[in-house]
Amino acid sequence: MSEVAFDPTAPHGVHPPSYLTAGHTLRSWLTTTDHKRIAILYMLALTLFFFIGGIAAALIRLELFTPAGDLLTAEGYNRAFTLHGVIMVWFFLVPSIPVTLGNFLVPLMIGAEDMAFPRLNLLSWYIFMAAGLLAAFTILAGGVETGWTFYTPLATAFANGNVLAAAGAVFVAGFSSIATGVNLIATIHTQRAPGMTWFRLPLFVWGMYTVSIVIVLATPVLAMALLLIMAERGLGLPIFDPAHGGDPLLFQHLFWFYSHPAVYIMILPSFGVISELVTCFARRRIFGYEFMVYAMAWISIVGFLVWGHHMFVSGMSSYASLVFSFLSFVVAVPSAIKVFNWTFTFYRGEIGFAAPMLYAIGFIGLFTVGGLTGLFLASVPVDVHVTDTYFVVAHFHYIMVGGAVSAFYGGLHFWWPKITGRLYPEAWARFAAVLMFFGFAFTFTPMFLMGFLGMPRRYYSYPAEFQIWHVLASAGALLLAFAYLLPMAYLAWSLRWGRRAGDNPWQATGLEWSTTSPPPPHNFATMPRVAEGPYLYHPAETGPQHGQPEPEQKQGDHP
Amino acid sequence: MTALRQPGPASAGVLWRRTVPVWLVLLGLLGLTLALAYQPLGRLAGPVALGIAALKAMVVALWFMQLRRPDPLLRLAASVSLVWVAFLFALTLSDLLTRTAVQVRS
Amino acid sequence: MSQAHPALREPWRSLHRQRQGASFGIWVFLASEVMFFAGALMVFGMLRLQHPAGFLAAARATDIWFGSVNTAVLLTSSLTMAVASQAAEAGLRRLALRCLGITALLGLAFLVVKGFEYRADILGGLVPGPTFRLEEPAAQLFFGFYWALTGVHAVHLTIGIVAVAGLAWRGWRGTLPLASPAFEVTALYWHLVDLVWVFLYPLLYLPGRSG
Ligand SMILES: [Cu+2]
Repeated sequence: MSEVAFDPTAPHGVHPPSYLTAGHTLRSWLTTTDHKRIAILYMLALTLFFFIGGIAAALIRLELFTPAGDLLTAEGYNRAFTLHGVIMVWFFLVPSIPVTLGNFLVPLMIGAEDMAFPRLNLLSWYIFMAAGLLAAFTILAGGVETGWTFYTPLATAFANGNVLAAAGAVFVAGFSSIATGVNLIATIHTQRAPGMTWFRLPLFVWGMYTVSIVIVLATPVLAMALLLIMAERGLGLPIFDPAHGGDPLLFQHLFWFYSHPAVYIMILPSFGVISELVTCFARRRIFGYEFMVYAMAWISIVGFLVWGHHMFVSGMSSYASLVFSFLSFVVAVPSAIKVFNWTFTFYRGEIGFAAPMLYAIGFIGLFTVGGLTGLFLASVPVDVHVTDTYFVVAHFHYIMVGGAVSAFYGGLHFWWPKITGRLYPEAWARFAAVLMFFGFAFTFTPMFLMGFLGMPRRYYSYPAEFQIWHVLASAGALLLAFAYLLPMAYLAWSLRWGRRAGDNPWQATGLEWSTTSPPPPHNFATMPRVAEGPYLYHPAETGPQHGQPEPEQKQGDHP
Repeated sequence: MTALRQPGPASAGVLWRRTVPVWLVLLGLLGLTLALAYQPLGRLAGPVALGIAALKAMVVALWFMQLRRPDPLLRLAASVSLVWVAFLFALTLSDLLTRTAVQVRS
Repeated sequence: MSQAHPALREPWRSLHRQRQGASFGIWVFLASEVMFFAGALMVFGMLRLQHPAGFLAAARATDIWFGSVNTAVLLTSSLTMAVASQAAEAGLRRLALRCLGITALLGLAFLVVKGFEYRADILGGLVPGPTFRLEEPAAQLFFGFYWALTGVHAVHLTIGIVAVAGLAWRGWRGTLPLASPAFEVTALYWHLVDLVWVFLYPLLYLPGRSG
């Protein structure tokens, strides 16, 4: 039941040279325009930044082990959480899935030779590395203590750290994001193989398309916000300065116009990944494909209308709070649709619990908790109570770490055989996936509780009654760190000693599985032609029929 | 090297005749907005000046940037940002306009 | 697919589609640029609503002649840029190159005029800070944006001049085929930089003239 009519004469068994063996020199990597190699370059860079951000997180959790501020100074603690936020948001989470899996998979999934603008793709990596150098300079020069939000007047008038360098690093990284976004949009519009219509696209591609729209339209607003901050701090121009009649809230409006959609920049790609994993390991067509697409499109538009829920206690008009609160509830609907549809996809599925599926199931649970607590925060009275407490910290980590990072690891495992041509050790991977779920839950669930009890965020010392929760969180963080490092170890091991993967080790649908593993430099031996929709894991007639009574002893019966 | 898209009678003269009138319209609008700036329009001065700017932008977009070509994709890409600009302005205004009202009452 | 055209690049299958794709790509990027400037203009607009008197007084202090002349210069550069792009598409090499040269020169002329204007502004006490000349507190705010916005625009224009000069150079050397999408892409960028100025002009120079 192949979804694609292949050229039967396409060579199989005899492996053409793969993209990995197309050149062995460092130069061949640094000057490549092959989207697959650029994805690898990005992966290496992101791993480095993930380590740096992780070290900052470790410092934070170590400091919070005891109520007294003993390990770091107050100033040092401020710099540690700022570093953690800036690096993890802009140098890991925002680029993560689009520049690695997206870069690697989108051309393969739509049956293209490469991205629409291969040289722009490489340029975006160099811009990213330049931004990374600037970020590294910021760290080495002593860091910055404004928090990742760069709020004025703190960032413009009072902070002592390297605000200009840090804001500059984020500013430059934005160009790289925009270049990737433009490239993905143009690729999906112009490079689809014959027969690959819009509603035959895998949901991962839809995730990439919608996220690119958000990237292209939101990132420049952040760039301007940072530029204005830099102009005020560096050149002394009064922009937001209240002494001259300026309005610091306008900075917050600009900042959150980007930074709320930034949450969707992190989570829309995850939606795409999870949809691929759930269908493959439930051996089911996705439930409600069209609604999944509309939900992502809806999010990418309405997600721009809710930013004010970050400003309920800022002094913003209470009428505006009402509007933003209502819109925040509206944008939750499509996310709920997606969770329901993944769950319905399991229904009467032939579910296998390979490691990617474990990550996907963990994602669905954690994302649901994160999303529902987001609704708490979207209602003004609750938000006023828990603003700037650990409740907020727990909420967004559930979305961005429990959600986006789980999806990234799940996707990495799922496509690892395609990317490297090797299988990872399954038992270790399942262990790591389960460990990640529990480590995450131990780290961040206590934060909901202490946040609700009033523990404010961004403090390096705290009343002793919160210690039990902080100790739990720090212990969980240790598990979590181990769960993140373990896959890096066995994935690296598998590069040399892993079993060779066939073209399609998961028996998955999708054009990327029809070519060799790892793929040849130009992706396909012959141009693919697509005749049917995605996820044909079974004939349409055997899909879940909700009107019919449940057939007995038919669970998992695979035709 | 011949033209790939419009192999029509594109000579230098045709090109100039097609574009110079557009330029004259733009300069005319510039003169108009400059003249109107010195008229006592009161509260209308800002909207009028911005309206003329929008008109100029439309002329440039349609003729110089070739959006007159019936390419729906390009038109979509060109106009979608305007919707997002409206999002940004409208929701920020929802704060700013109602914020003052509350302060006046207290 | 017949003989591969020298302007054709991977992964495009035909020059026609490559040109369409490049135009589409740059339009998507321009959407991004619009949002970039919209961010600053939003803050500027909201502050103008909050301080109408101070902003009118400040706008009156800008030099309308420099501003108006520069507007005309940029509009003219858009004319030559449009002709250059269409001439390249039509294969009219001499016209295309000549117009590209004039466009780059007009862009330079804008920067020179702007430089004289900046000099007058600095000497006239229009730099926010202790030496600022105007009384109203919001006037400093206005000039904060005046410098930031015109500065960012000038950076954009400089990038445009380099790009146009590069096109002219490579076209003249014959290393860039006239059918390359680079001509239209650069032209679209140039027009956008022009459009930004079209909006800056009534916001920064025209208000407060009739009072
Ligand atoms: Cu938000």
